[in-house]
Amino acid sequence: MNSKTRDFLSGVAEVAPVMVAYIPIGLLWGTLAAAKGISPLEALMMSVIVFAGSAQFVAVDMWHDPVPVLLLTFTALIVNIRHVLMSASLSRHIDAIPRVLQPIVAYFLTDESWALAERRAQQEPLTLAFYLGVSLPLAATWWIATGTGAMLGRALGDPSAIGLDFAFSAMFISILMGFWKGPSTAGVLVASGAVAAATHLVFDGPWYIVAGGLAGALYAYLTWRAEDVA
Amino acid sequence: MSSTALLAIIGMGVATYLTRLSGFYLLRSVNLSGPMKAALDALPPAVLMAVIAPVILTTGWAESIAAAITAIAAFYRLPLTVTIVIGIVSVVLLRSVLG
Repeated sequence: MNSKTRDFLSGVAEVAPVMVAYIPIGLLWGTLAAAKGISPLEALMMSVIVFAGSAQFVAVDMWHDPVPVLLLTFTALIVNIRHVLMSASLSRHIDAIPRVLQPIVAYFLTDESWALAERRAQQEPLTLAFYLGVSLPLAATWWIATGTGAMLGRALGDPSAIGLDFAFSAMFISILMGFWKGPSTAGVLVASGAVAAATHLVFDGPWYIVAGGLAGALYAYLTWRAEDVA
Repeated sequence: MSSTALLAIIGMGVATYLTRLSGFYLLRSVNLSGPMKAALDALPPAVLMAVIAPVILTTGWAESIAAAITAIAAFYRLPLTVTIVIGIVSVVLLRSVLG
């Protein structure tokens, strides 16, 4: 087996549990879209062209006739602002990926693929093969599940009833533990967690991710000491 | 398919894609050393913590305790899939007990 195949397959292996968790969420989204009068074709097109779970849920919530084009566009921008932080962070690990192919990496960037890519980059150089091993199954699952949900018009039950809603949190927690570098990390996490939780309680929408992420980075910036560099 | 629906989908798609691409070019001219590098190194754990903060801190005891159990499993370097399953099983059991 060549190294590209091996990288691709290890990506598939890592993403497998997340794929399972995407299925009920995708079906649920398709169902909600159908209830709002969005056709299966429109639903599938949105999943392919937008390809962003939380933005799609918000869009369906706001969807009415006539379709508020500018409002939906602006909302998608706001909901996905967190991806600027994620892609900025990931940009330091994509040197092994040819420059012309990096726009493909950007298209497939989700919270989940980003987290798995950051985890991979801690252990070895991030290759396109690994990234696609993570991203293609995830994207295909999302497209199929959302399209199926929109056609069926009814979900197969509540994802939280079997705990699948927690799969994402569990994955993020596991990956987070891999970034533990001692007491300085604790400060970053306290700053981020406190600011994110407080922001979540005060403001609607996903601002808490940007606020918490920036708070943690700011903490690291402010507490940096030259002698820390050994 | 209505043309406004198509326009909305394309608008959302372009907006989303721009957020995903812009970060790749954001740091091109930034000098990555000293405190700036420390801040960027802190970004992945900080963003991950922010993503999970509402679930583990503000949802309920079942989620908070399940998060702690998941963190312990991850601390012992169990494989990712195993850790996720432990997290899911924990939250289901805890929700039924603390429900």
